[in-house]
Amino acid sequence: MSVTIRDVEYVAKLARLEFTEEQKQKFTEDLNGILNYVEMLNEVDTENVEISIGAYRVENALRDDVVKDSFDRDSLLKNAPDSQDGFVKVPKVIE
Amino acid sequence: MHTKTLHEIRELINKGEVSCVELTKNTLERISSVDDKIGAYLQIDEEGALNKAKEVDEKIRRGEEVSFLAGIPMAIKDNICVEGLKTTCASKILENFVSPYDAHVTKRLKQNDAVILGKLNMDEFAMGSSSENSAFKKVRNPYDLERVPGGSSGGSAAAVAAGEAYYTLGSDTGGSIRQPASLCGVVGLKPTYGRISRYGLVAFASSLDQIGPFTKDVEDCAHVLEAIAGYDEMDSTSAKKEVEDYTRYLNQDIKGLKIGIPKECFGEGLNEDVRKEIENAIAVYRKLGAEIKEISLPMSKYALAVYYILASSEASSNLARFDGIRYGYRADEFEDVVDLYVKSRSKGFGDEVKRRIMLGTYALSAGYYDAYYKKALKVRTLIINEYKRAFEDVDVILTPTSPTVAFKIGEKSNNPLEMYLSDIYTVPINIAGVPAISIPAGFVGGLPVGMQLIGNYFDEGTLIKVGHAFERETEFSKVRPSI
Repeated sequence: MSVTIRDVEYVAKLARLEFTEEQKQKFTEDLNGILNYVEMLNEVDTENVEISIGAYRVENALRDDVVKDSFDRDSLLKNAPDSQDGFVKVPKVIE
Repeated sequence: MHTKTLHEIRELINKGEVSCVELTKNTLERISSVDDKIGAYLQIDEEGALNKAKEVDEKIRRGEEVSFLAGIPMAIKDNICVEGLKTTCASKILENFVSPYDAHVTKRLKQNDAVILGKLNMDEFAMGSSSENSAFKKVRNPYDLERVPGGSSGGSAAAVAAGEAYYTLGSDTGGSIRQPASLCGVVGLKPTYGRISRYGLVAFASSLDQIGPFTKDVEDCAHVLEAIAGYDEMDSTSAKKEVEDYTRYLNQDIKGLKIGIPKECFGEGLNEDVRKEIENAIAVYRKLGAEIKEISLPMSKYALAVYYILASSEASSNLARFDGIRYGYRADEFEDVVDLYVKSRSKGFGDEVKRRIMLGTYALSAGYYDAYYKKALKVRTLIINEYKRAFEDVDVILTPTSPTVAFKIGEKSNNPLEMYLSDIYTVPINIAGVPAISIPAGFVGGLPVGMQLIGNYFDEGTLIKVGHAFERETEFSKVRPSI
């Protein structure tokens, strides 16, 4: 498998990133380098091997359903790039 | 004063030879005299630190009992939240983010009356092995300012080595505590996955991330670990396991203890001089009566490949939250909401972060998911099984922490794969989720060498015991850089 500039453009779109032509070229080379290295995993026989999503098995971790104060709205909105009347302000998304 | 350990300082405070305010002022002066050269701090909270120190001095004056950490200056990696201070992750995208809450570890430190001096520099979003990826400034190695301190917790390691804090916290996803500890000649512990709550740690790869302490020696490490470990209902992956009294593992005999030496970690890629230092360390253990056993971990050579798939995949998902909407940087000009996401992320993230997001997005995309992500999860199982089997035969495993001593700034920054290889001995530990500690174990050309001790799940106590036994026999943890 080899990554092309076209793949980089497609993945960039999925990741919501944009690059200059020069950057696309560099990322294509970098990704190919890393993916070539990762190819070594194909040597490993994983037939009948289960996946591990984590190292340490935790059973369902549930908290008691108790009503608690959440964060103060104003303190959270201080970090918002744009806000108005207690809401985060965003560009218009519905015509 | 700044060359002393945490436990030495505790003794001085207890004897009344120094007040917490004097100590804090002294440390702040130390920072202002050396940090221009080191670059460890991104933010200093002088007022908060001095107020806390004054409060502890008053407690002591009233004859109240105080905790071991009370009144002693420390600092925190800038991806861990401290209420009211910035948490930038050394990224432009979070340059102005002020944390509205405390991480669980921060809460614990505050309960222990720790004096929090400020926030420490790092590779952007903890992605890197040299701390060159900080969007703000580079961190330099206190032993040689032309060299890197390691990464990603380079600021945390350098601050302890240079006496700019008595201990610090960092985070470790693939070696980000142990590798910089090794390169800066300090002790760094990555606990078992789940031993310390990750609540308030900005997520990089959630199944691998773990917070841990940097200290000057193993004794200090035991004290800090005890203060910050334990279950937290805000982190569903934190373990409901009792926290041990880690200090009871200090000053213990290790006769008959079995130490495994994986032959795979002493092959190609390991610098010859580093190998000699690690072999000397093994000889120290043999002299102390430990049983040295060669073992084999054949799956470990696949760990780095597994790591880069899993860590990047998880990162691409975790970092999707940085979209310029609710917090963080928002581009000034954009056409519509999608363009806002694209422009804010493209301008806000640095190259290494983008590289990992791209790799992770690629590995998770339709058609490649099975070949990369799922394959890596299966090999992860085999690596976990291999460690479990190894710990049926041995009590700890000993390896070098890093294949080389600190490298020159700029030496590896153009070749991502070569940079990634500096984590070859530390990465498998995060994949398996076991604990590991890096301890100063020698010098090559005046630069520190670290050895890594790996323990069984939740057996940090044995790491403290085995590490402390080495420390009592050798002088490496007592060396300080001349800066």
